[in-house]
Amino acid sequence: MKKEFTISLFTEHHIGILNQVTIIFTRRQLNIESIAASGSAVKGIHKLTIVVNTTEDLIEKVQRQLEKLIDVLKVFVHTNDEIIYQEIALYKVQTTELMKSDIIEFIVRSSNARFLEITPEYVVIEKTGHKQDTTDLLNKLDPYGVLQFVRSGRIAITKQTKELMAYLKEMDEANNIKQDKDFVAEIKSDL
Amino acid sequence: MAKTRKKEKITGAKALLYSLLEEEVETIFGYPGGAIMPIYNELYDIEDEKLNHILTRHEQGAAHAAQAYAMVTGKTGVCFATSGPGATNLITGIANAFLDSVPVVFITAQVTSTLIGSDAFQETDILGISMPVTKWNYQIKQAEKIPEIISKAFYIASSGRPGPVLIDITKDAQLQTLAFNYQKCTSLRSYNPNIPLNPADIESAAILINHARKPLILAGHGILISKAGKELMAFVEKTGIPVASTLLGLSAFPVKHPLYAGLLGMHGNYGPNVKTNEADLLIAIGMRFDDRVTGDLKRYAINANIIHIEIDRSELNKNVEVDIEIHGDAKEVLKALIDQVKANSYPEWLSEFKLCNKTETDKVIKRECYPSRGEIRMGEIVSLISEKTQGEAIIITDVGQHQMATARYYKFKNPNSLITSGGLGTMGFGLPAAVGAKVGKPNVPVIAFIGDGGFQMTIQELGTILQYQLPVKIIILNNSFLGMVRQWQDMFFDKRYASTELVNPDFVKIAEGFDISARRVKERKTLEISIDEMLSCKKPCLLEIMVEKEGNILPMIEPGSSVSEITLCLSVNKDL
Repeated sequence: MKKEFTISLFTEHHIGILNQVTIIFTRRQLNIESIAASGSAVKGIHKLTIVVNTTEDLIEKVQRQLEKLIDVLKVFVHTNDEIIYQEIALYKVQTTELMKSDIIEFIVRSSNARFLEITPEYVVIEKTGHKQDTTDLLNKLDPYGVLQFVRSGRIAITKQTKELMAYLKEMDEANNIKQDKDFVAEIKSDL
Repeated sequence: MAKTRKKEKITGAKALLYSLLEEEVETIFGYPGGAIMPIYNELYDIEDEKLNHILTRHEQGAAHAAQAYAMVTGKTGVCFATSGPGATNLITGIANAFLDSVPVVFITAQVTSTLIGSDAFQETDILGISMPVTKWNYQIKQAEKIPEIISKAFYIASSGRPGPVLIDITKDAQLQTLAFNYQKCTSLRSYNPNIPLNPADIESAAILINHARKPLILAGHGILISKAGKELMAFVEKTGIPVASTLLGLSAFPVKHPLYAGLLGMHGNYGPNVKTNEADLLIAIGMRFDDRVTGDLKRYAINANIIHIEIDRSELNKNVEVDIEIHGDAKEVLKALIDQVKANSYPEWLSEFKLCNKTETDKVIKRECYPSRGEIRMGEIVSLISEKTQGEAIIITDVGQHQMATARYYKFKNPNSLITSGGLGTMGFGLPAAVGAKVGKPNVPVIAFIGDGGFQMTIQELGTILQYQLPVKIIILNNSFLGMVRQWQDMFFDKRYASTELVNPDFVKIAEGFDISARRVKERKTLEISIDEMLSCKKPCLLEIMVEKEGNILPMIEPGSSVSEITLCLSVNKDL
């Protein structure tokens, strides 16, 4: 059965990494519902947040293929109950519509949205929330003429208590153990 | 040597070559062109420093040769090409190395960095093009990055599940100067190929093995890659479990060993395919359950628990759901397993394999390998050469019917003695692969079986054989057809032979033009003497053998069929 998964992908900040990642989705015939790229809490490490609708079986295969990419550090896959997530949407509406009555102002207030900018020609409204919330507002504003609408990709914070730093430390240690082994082997072969 | 290198400022091009020397590279396969000229200019001075360059006749040839070189030597292959068409001509070779997990570092030149993205002359986005078929790729735009990136390239290509890496170097980076300082890459933050074994997995695998009544080992390429031949032998001799091999796993286990059960897959042996569905335990080592091995997945290994030993975690549970995943290197896993498994033998189970073998011998092998009349057959040629070389030669194949005949009938003895294109099935692989194998192992006889179709795909590499006087032995199995496609047309498309019949040139005359001694065999009575002559020849030579025009490779698991439905003869007879 298909459901929504949010993938948090931590990578080295290299040119072309997004391309490498999307190739895996293309090859697995998976539509990306939304994607957001940003820095992470760790300097030099980039984070991609990708939302897909698929089965548990396939998402696990995709996760392993993503982790196989050399420049990918760690991939987490979460269902919606395991994350806190938000999207942001912007709406552009004609100012004349706003002036006609107080209905738009009412919609904005009751939706917990806000005016970002008001000019004589147009106003820009901002709303953050889940996709359903921003879509609801779009539907409400629609009769009054929405000139532009845009919604960002999902961004998410995980509820898990083990953070990326802990994983990075483990990965470093695993590499160091290997280096120690190499060193011992080298010394042995020198003797 | 390393000390003097550190002091002077050298060009990026020279730094590349010094980096290769630091990685103990001896041979480069390549083809020059505009953007890569600074590198070749430095190569001109350095060639006496033990860096040998083999000029092929096409970049695809260089790529295949570098792969074959890597496979026979166990080292990382190196291949050069220029920007644009030079780089795109490599792609088939890169994809081939990628699917067959062979370490090759491809160096492509790129236009000057300021021109990138402007559709400059011979500019192509080789990073974008090669991304899906490389293990890693990178573009160098500053000379000072060269040592670091080259060391990373070798580390990534050769460790873990090996694969091709492409490094694109701009012309200006080749010409800038830097103070050379080389440090070998031994670890990367985002990539750790050294997987610690999970003792619990080993323990539960040992329990399954110790309790199995009909176990079967599926030996793959991973055994050759991790050099685990000895460990496999020890494991097999202790446990008494029969060994079936994948195409690329061939030569990991001696064919003449009493516990060798045969080749798996579409044109494999009868026993191992049928018994896959009767076994109660499959131990898959360093293989990936390719569709050519499994047939219909829904009806695969229906009675068996499966233990899958594999270094690439993304292969575990990818095609076949397994009971125990052991993520690790084949050699280390086998070493750990040997102590925990009991000595055993399965005389009844083995006798079932023998029975299958007898059936296959009667219905297929006798007719194919020991015919007394009719036209010459591929199987008889391969088994004759197998006997005469005692399984000691390095065997190269192209792709198609002759490839399957070779895989079936050559009795491989030594590890890495079959060089063939498995995953990608690249026609045209054979001749350039023979070049690479001979350069890598000059003292071992290299025999290339090639079909008349595939031969003409990379026929230009006869020029490379001529230039370096490489004493390879080329055997063209000529049926004037694209044989495997014709076989499928015969079986599944009502014998409608659309575009599969070939009007061929005179291969003997062509060979003579390249100063390669050549002979054509049309009749059985001159076959053996011609083969003897070829085997004793110290120079490059070619033997064209006219084989049965419409011979089919059997047995066969038809597409969509289960492994247990393997057919031994063309008439529908699935109850055998």
